[in-house]
Amino acid sequence: MKIIVSVKQVPDTSGKVAVNPDGTLDRASMQAIINPDDLNAVEAALKLKDETGCKVVVVTMGPPPAAGMLRELMARGADEGVLVSAREFGGSDTYATSQILAAAISRIGVEKDDIVMCGRQAIDGDTAQVGPQIAEKLHLPQVTYAADIQKTGDTITVKRMLEDGYMTIKVKTPCLLTCIKELNTPRYMSVGGIFEAYGKPLQTFDYETLKDDALIDPTTIGLKGSPTNILTSFTPPLKGAGLMLNEGDDKANCEKLAGILAKKHII
Amino acid sequence: MSFNNTDIAAFKDVWVFCEQRQGKLMPTDFELISEGRKLADELGVDLCGLLLGDKVEGLAKELGGYGADKVYVCESPMLKNYTTDGYTTAICQVIEELKPEVMLFGASNIGRDLGPRCAARLHTGLCADCTHLDVDMPIYKDFLREASTLAPEKIEGLNTAMVLGEKHDVSRDLKMTRPAFGGHLMASIICPRFRPAMATVRPGVMKKNPFDQAKADACQIVKPAFTITEDDVQTEVVEIVKAAKKLVDLIGADFIVSVGRGIGKDVAGGIKLAEELAAELGGVVGGSRATIDSGWLSADHQVGQTGKTVHPKVYIALGISGAIQHKAGMQDSECIIAVNKNDTAPIFEIADYGICGDLFKVAPMLTEAVRAAKAAK
Amino acid sequence: MDFHLSNEQLMLRKMYREFAETEVKPLAEEIDEEERFPMETVEKMAKLGMMGIYFPKEYGGAGGDVLSYAMCVEELAKVCGTTAVIVSAHTSLCCAPIFENGTEEQKQKYLPDLLSGKKIGAFGLTEPGAGTDASGQQTTAVLEGDHYVLNGSKCFITNGNVADTFVVLAMTDKKAGNHGISAFIVERDFPGFSQGKHEKKMGIRGSSTCDLIFEDCIVPKENLLGKEGKGFKIAMQTLDGGRIGIAAQALGLAEGAIDETVKYTKERVQFGKRLSQFQNTQFQLADMHCRTQAAQYLVYAAACKKQLHEDYSMDAAMAKLFAAETASDVTRRAVQLFGGYGYTREYPVERMMRDAKITEIYEGTSEVQRMVISGHLGVK
Repeated sequence: MKIIVSVKQVPDTSGKVAVNPDGTLDRASMQAIINPDDLNAVEAALKLKDETGCKVVVVTMGPPPAAGMLRELMARGADEGVLVSAREFGGSDTYATSQILAAAISRIGVEKDDIVMCGRQAIDGDTAQVGPQIAEKLHLPQVTYAADIQKTGDTITVKRMLEDGYMTIKVKTPCLLTCIKELNTPRYMSVGGIFEAYGKPLQTFDYETLKDDALIDPTTIGLKGSPTNILTSFTPPLKGAGLMLNEGDDKANCEKLAGILAKKHII
Repeated sequence: MSFNNTDIAAFKDVWVFCEQRQGKLMPTDFELISEGRKLADELGVDLCGLLLGDKVEGLAKELGGYGADKVYVCESPMLKNYTTDGYTTAICQVIEELKPEVMLFGASNIGRDLGPRCAARLHTGLCADCTHLDVDMPIYKDFLREASTLAPEKIEGLNTAMVLGEKHDVSRDLKMTRPAFGGHLMASIICPRFRPAMATVRPGVMKKNPFDQAKADACQIVKPAFTITEDDVQTEVVEIVKAAKKLVDLIGADFIVSVGRGIGKDVAGGIKLAEELAAELGGVVGGSRATIDSGWLSADHQVGQTGKTVHPKVYIALGISGAIQHKAGMQDSECIIAVNKNDTAPIFEIADYGICGDLFKVAPMLTEAVRAAKAAK
Repeated sequence: MDFHLSNEQLMLRKMYREFAETEVKPLAEEIDEEERFPMETVEKMAKLGMMGIYFPKEYGGAGGDVLSYAMCVEELAKVCGTTAVIVSAHTSLCCAPIFENGTEEQKQKYLPDLLSGKKIGAFGLTEPGAGTDASGQQTTAVLEGDHYVLNGSKCFITNGNVADTFVVLAMTDKKAGNHGISAFIVERDFPGFSQGKHEKKMGIRGSSTCDLIFEDCIVPKENLLGKEGKGFKIAMQTLDGGRIGIAAQALGLAEGAIDETVKYTKERVQFGKRLSQFQNTQFQLADMHCRTQAAQYLVYAAACKKQLHEDYSMDAAMAKLFAAETASDVTRRAVQLFGGYGYTREYPVERMMRDAKITEIYEGTSEVQRMVISGHLGVK
């Protein structure tokens, strides 16, 4: 049995983010981190590895520095890493990315008792699309928003969160699960694990490696393979100095404030 | 893929997937129908709801009251509870047959499970978690002028976009604007080469139209053909559980209403007003060090250097002066609102909005104003 | 001369830093306030291999190197001086002498539990009459058949109340002076062995510090560590290694104080300006950082020399001397830059200043370090 976890290295968008004078984001101001939801997915895989002795393979599509992230995951206990990286893959939207990752996972091999795990969404794209789209391309059943995972034999029972409660869903392997932060607390790298990390196998899949997969050809990857395009992007106007409300009386001030909050979709 | 979805001209109408859970429509459905109405009018086409479930036909007319011209209803016992496979199968069959040009879903936990799967099966583009949708170019440009720092020339030049090296006219494309990078960046996305253009839309953002009974009565109900078998559905729903909202703690709270020394003249009253405002916002109550030291609130409410560091969407400071050790605990809140009798209180230096006044008068008015603003949405 | 850290060391630093920020920092104020030993943190550190970093896997260690261990103590000390010294005393003063001097049987018996953090270690050399003058040992160990009988007491023993395994020095031959001192491995529940009351201190208040009391304490013959009469040498070598740990602790305290001060001075406004905009603040922090960085090079160089089994005794002494005096200086300046708020217990710098002082005293006072350094220089 093995668990394949799809992970992404992302800029840390949760802290202060600097904006360039031309309105674009200063990407260098954000540290590269492992996408938080993906860490929950890796932890779920490692927990199952602790219980069953299964293999954990981590796969990522990204530029060469993403290999460092795979090593950190190996330091936590992942057994193998796969870096999917090629110039040809650049510019892919979620659809094209999912195709490429599906092809890579296919090449790693999905057996009858395997599970594919993803984080629910990445904190840069914030789309939550790649997991379900990989599942569709691999013809695997999916269960998303997993807050609890139990495996008995070939059946996985998932507590699948809704906004106002949850669904308990049963699915057979092979399947794809997307994980949320309520699922578990990711473990740290261990000292021993760090010293083992660089000895574990890490493969790179490039265009040559994947081009024979049915999902991959020049029209299905990169910009050509992306049904969506970015028309324009912009940063919201910077927070100016604070506004003292002085409409005359308290009631008017409160109504004005509530109106501002409503307009900004804060309430 | 069994249908040619690059033949753009063959696709017509705006569709909205209307989610129902246990036979009840989700509030976001009415928001989306209202928004869809606007888009359909701009495109000059029909607005259609898409409703899946078991014995749910009776829900359909209500969607007409918010602006749907017709509602496609797909009924089957197999669609009673949401399953990814069941709903994706039915929706994709119907889309392939009837070819809408736009397909909207609410970005609920279910919408974000369903939308991507459908988009992948149909080989089309999906834009997630949209907060703004536009077709009409002048209106879209007005939106950009207000919401962005883009240069006017740049905005003017957006009538066309380069798509795979060729100029493409975006005037009939759905412009889907949504936050990325944790909200630090907004992107407008188009799906120029494929149909339907799909989007999941953030709940609570689009404005709901007023309900019109005449429109509801006029709404057509259509039952398109589709087939779904047990083999199509690979997951089993064992149970659906509604859970009580769990207590939110300061660290995870989106809204915090904090009190300070300013409540001193009526501690119990001041805390009550803070609780009411917090409840209206769906948040929790915090306190400055002074309130904890005086025993007015327990230590787990403390925000500050000693105490918790919080990053809520909204932090309302009632009667708090804003000394540095309090600021340290809340200065990274997205929106800071301060109410203080003293207009030179340091808290106003970091507040986004300030009201100089008596918190005992202002807080209840603010609670009422928030309640009214929410109801008007 | 390669001043670059290896991939593994960079990853370790990342992990230590994350662990310190998330698990250790939130408790630092409380354990100082309550003088509480953070056992829960020790358990977490044990699970991650932090209680046996530079020992080989065959004995249950993590298979790392000395610099990796020094970096661990450094990162912990940035947020909590107490937690840092727990790891340092355990690793350098108990695990190390057993590893370096123990028989195979002793290593197999004691190291697995110590290196996995299941058991905590401590070191008993200091006595009421034997501090800097370590040779003034009064505790005696008399061989009686198959065991030694120990009598006497030790004081100021770090980890004393929580340790299970102790490396203890005692006189086996009063007439032979330093050559009459021997080292023993003592277990907590040996008959006649007890611990004294927790010592209240100026700083590292959560660190367990107490007397060890030997009243006809029975220690099996097999627990003699090294040969009879070799104890003083073992103690001195052990302290050499321990000095790297304490130097790392001092280094971390200085670095943590600088981080807090930079943050605070960018927020605090007086005379209409941020404190960070005043040249005094800028120049002070420049000096503080420069000295601390120099300390780091000394600490890391000593660690690397020990790793290569080169003679590192003077390097360890220099590192500890310089880092400790830097820590005291830097933390004092930090409190001054904070002003009144820095003197209150709401902010961590006063604790860092209190914690820093002991680094100039224990495991060889700064005066002792000067003796070691001048001795190596041949100045006599």
